Amino acid sequence: MATAAAVNVDTERENYLNSTYGIRSWLLTTDHKRIALLYLVSITFFFFIGGFFALLIRLELLTPAGDLVLSDTYNKLFSMHGQIMVFFFLVPSIPAVLGNFLIPMMVGAKDLALPRINLISWYLYIIGGALMLHAMVLGGVDTGWTFYTPFSTSFSNTHVIEAGLAIFIAGFSSILTGLNIVVTVHRMRAPGLTWSRLPLFVWSMYATSVIMLLGTPVLAITLVLVVLERSLHLGIFDPTLGGDPLLFQHLFWFYSHPAVYIMILPSMGVVSEIIPCFSRKRAFGYSAIALSSIGIAVLGFLVWAHHMFVAGISLYSALVFSLLSYLVAVPSAIKVFNWTATMYKGSISFDTPMLYAFGFIGLFTIGGLTGLFLAALGIDVHVTDTYFVIAHFHYIMVGGAVMGYLGGMHFWWPKISGRMYPEFWGKLAALIVFIGFNLTFFPQFILGYLGMPRRYWQYPPEFQVLNVLSTAGSTILAVGYLLPMAYFLWSLRYGKVAGDNPWGAAGLEWKTSSPPPTFNFDYEPVVTWEAYNYHEIPAPEEVNA
Amino acid sequence: MAGTVDALFIFLTLLSVVMTVAIFATVLFFATKYRRRAGVEAEQIEGSTILELAWSIIPMGIFIVIFVWGAVIFFEERTPPMASTEVYVVAKQWMWKLEHAEGPREINALHVPVGRDIKLIMTSQDVIHDFFVPAFRMKQDVVPGRYTTEWFRATKTGTYHLFCAEYCGTSHSGMIGDIVVMEPAAYDAWLAGGGATGTLAQNGSALFQQLGCPTCHRADGQGRGPNLVGIFGKPVQLEDGRTVIADENYIRESILAPAAKVVSGYKPIMPVFQGLVSEEQLSTLVAYVKSLSQAPSGAAGSSLTTAASSSSAMQNP
Repeated sequence: MATAAAVNVDTERENYLNSTYGIRSWLLTTDHKRIALLYLVSITFFFFIGGFFALLIRLELLTPAGDLVLSDTYNKLFSMHGQIMVFFFLVPSIPAVLGNFLIPMMVGAKDLALPRINLISWYLYIIGGALMLHAMVLGGVDTGWTFYTPFSTSFSNTHVIEAGLAIFIAGFSSILTGLNIVVTVHRMRAPGLTWSRLPLFVWSMYATSVIMLLGTPVLAITLVLVVLERSLHLGIFDPTLGGDPLLFQHLFWFYSHPAVYIMILPSMGVVSEIIPCFSRKRAFGYSAIALSSIGIAVLGFLVWAHHMFVAGISLYSALVFSLLSYLVAVPSAIKVFNWTATMYKGSISFDTPMLYAFGFIGLFTIGGLTGLFLAALGIDVHVTDTYFVIAHFHYIMVGGAVMGYLGGMHFWWPKISGRMYPEFWGKLAALIVFIGFNLTFFPQFILGYLGMPRRYWQYPPEFQVLNVLSTAGSTILAVGYLLPMAYFLWSLRYGKVAGDNPWGAAGLEWKTSSPPPTFNFDYEPVVTWEAYNYHEIPAPEEVNA
Repeated sequence: MAGTVDALFIFLTLLSVVMTVAIFATVLFFATKYRRRAGVEAEQIEGSTILELAWSIIPMGIFIVIFVWGAVIFFEERTPPMASTEVYVVAKQWMWKLEHAEGPREINALHVPVGRDIKLIMTSQDVIHDFFVPAFRMKQDVVPGRYTTEWFRATKTGTYHLFCAEYCGTSHSGMIGDIVVMEPAAYDAWLAGGGATGTLAQNGSALFQQLGCPTCHRADGQGRGPNLVGIFGKPVQLEDGRTVIADENYIRESILAPAAKVVSGYKPIMPVFQGLVSEEQLSTLVAYVKSLSQAPSGAAGSSLTTAASSSSAMQNP
């Protein structure tokens, strides 16, 4: 322990970044850390495309009339914004970047259990992404990210088949990542690292991976059925061909509701690492947080039809799905209370990752509480398919998932790059993101309650004031997202050398050098301590003093 | 309806504000009180089973209350009163077509009298749409190939937004209209000036004759098809042993795809009408079959053809 902390930092030391050079050494790598960086670059690219579409959507909605783009263009913008953000950014974001980078190190392994499969998963993602871009260049797709039938199979004149296949292929990348993480957590843990000593990030990534493994195949099958009905006119979903349009919604949401947990659980894991570190404390209720991740993964599969309360399902199935939706809210509530309690009698510092964790708790709380509105049947009838839903899921998926992702990127950036990002700019960006986010999405709750439907290209003039606020917020949010990209790049060259463990954090990944050597550890770690043993690790101030 | 929905909405808003403020305040309080100070170590705390149980069970209790409250409202939203005035809605890209039982037809507008229960029987000619009136807090998807229903009772005169709330393609945001709520007298005047050619059931009756349906669906029960008098809303014994309720969707299916649910004792000999009748014609047929189950004095049955009126007379329970 003491020796590990005392290792001298030497930037010229061989690490995973400088061990080999050349484009081949990256494109053919099986090193989980390099693959994580390949993913980082790819998902960042898609994030900014999806974000650009979002800005165009907000600009169109600045005025009630449809005056910036044509209605068909607008429909394509929100469809591709959703498809890219969900399938090409949010789903792979933390699992494929931070999960890929950290899981082997957190369990004390040299790599993931299946390194070549890991590389294949990135190539599948790239093939899927390339197909998606190709579909966009050809003219895009206008089905919404939800591909509802029979619109998608019999009425849309856009590139539905290609977009569907793109997501189908990217889905396999997700399945393989999930498989790799499950196998790694089961088989590759270091001696002494029992399940009850695993970092909570590993627990949440494990739960996420189980959902990816069990849910994604259903999405794949559903998309294949859409393609078959559209190309061969097999009657599956279109009633004029003898199909059932609601069958599609059941299949789609059977994946896509759990997919929400694919996006949020990893962020919960990140926050469960950040808060103990910057509070210098063991996580309050370790087993409650760990088990609630599993609880969310299991219950998350039983609530899909709450997206369909007004779709034409029976009264009694709506009752069952409403009740189950309240059950899945309990483990989420438990987590929020435990994170808050972790700070009690801590020694709290306010570095950038902690600011993102605070932001996460706040925005996730609002997102979760507004979920209670939507799960209440009588209210859902009014606010579903309005901007209330848009606001709700952006609070979860952007306020929650993206805040967690950015918090994690700042927290582990010193480990990934060996450099510190500029702390002032980090804090400033966190603040800008928080303000911009709330200004963008809070007015949408009110818009939804007042009745503005989602996916509207033009709208009655009484909704304009709130839309202007939202559009203003989105430009602030854009600045908040561009800043980290700029200073992360800057820090690669000019950032302060980080050292092995700049935060004084617990966890095996901090016991190796930054950036880590290709095989992560110079010797096989043996774990003799519980997770979050912050009473044994000095805070960075004490080390510096 | 708006009042009960808003009551729960306000309750949830208050609950959310209280919870959000409590959590924000706690985080801020801890962040200030326990901010890092030189020489002060964090106190290591494992957790607390009692606290964990408390913040699992108490929220669960609150959630159950919200669930029941929301379910009660939903039950009311989904159960139209028996004596509702019926309006048939046919949605298509990108237009609402509405047919009053009394005969008048409207496009992208619905005139209703204040204070009366209105039941909408809705279907779509193409993709899924959604009939959303924010002022009434009600919304229901309009699905091709089946009927869905919703109901409301307007309590104030005025003109309210009608929105399509399920994305349906190019002009989704243009698929809007007006719900015009009028004083009953004004509404009656509007109905009278509508220039309607017969009620929906009368038009259905004519179509019923024209398609040759009475040949088999004889009122004396001796035809090759079942007698349709009095069946609406009643259970029907099927050939395969199942029992279904003869509701709008059953009648619809039995016209379009008669072999799907054949009545016990009859042969599947009826021709398929899928593609031969439009959604509007189908609404008139359904309205006509329903009119056969109303009391003989019912307005809809007054001018029925010989076959139908004789059957009404013969209907002795």
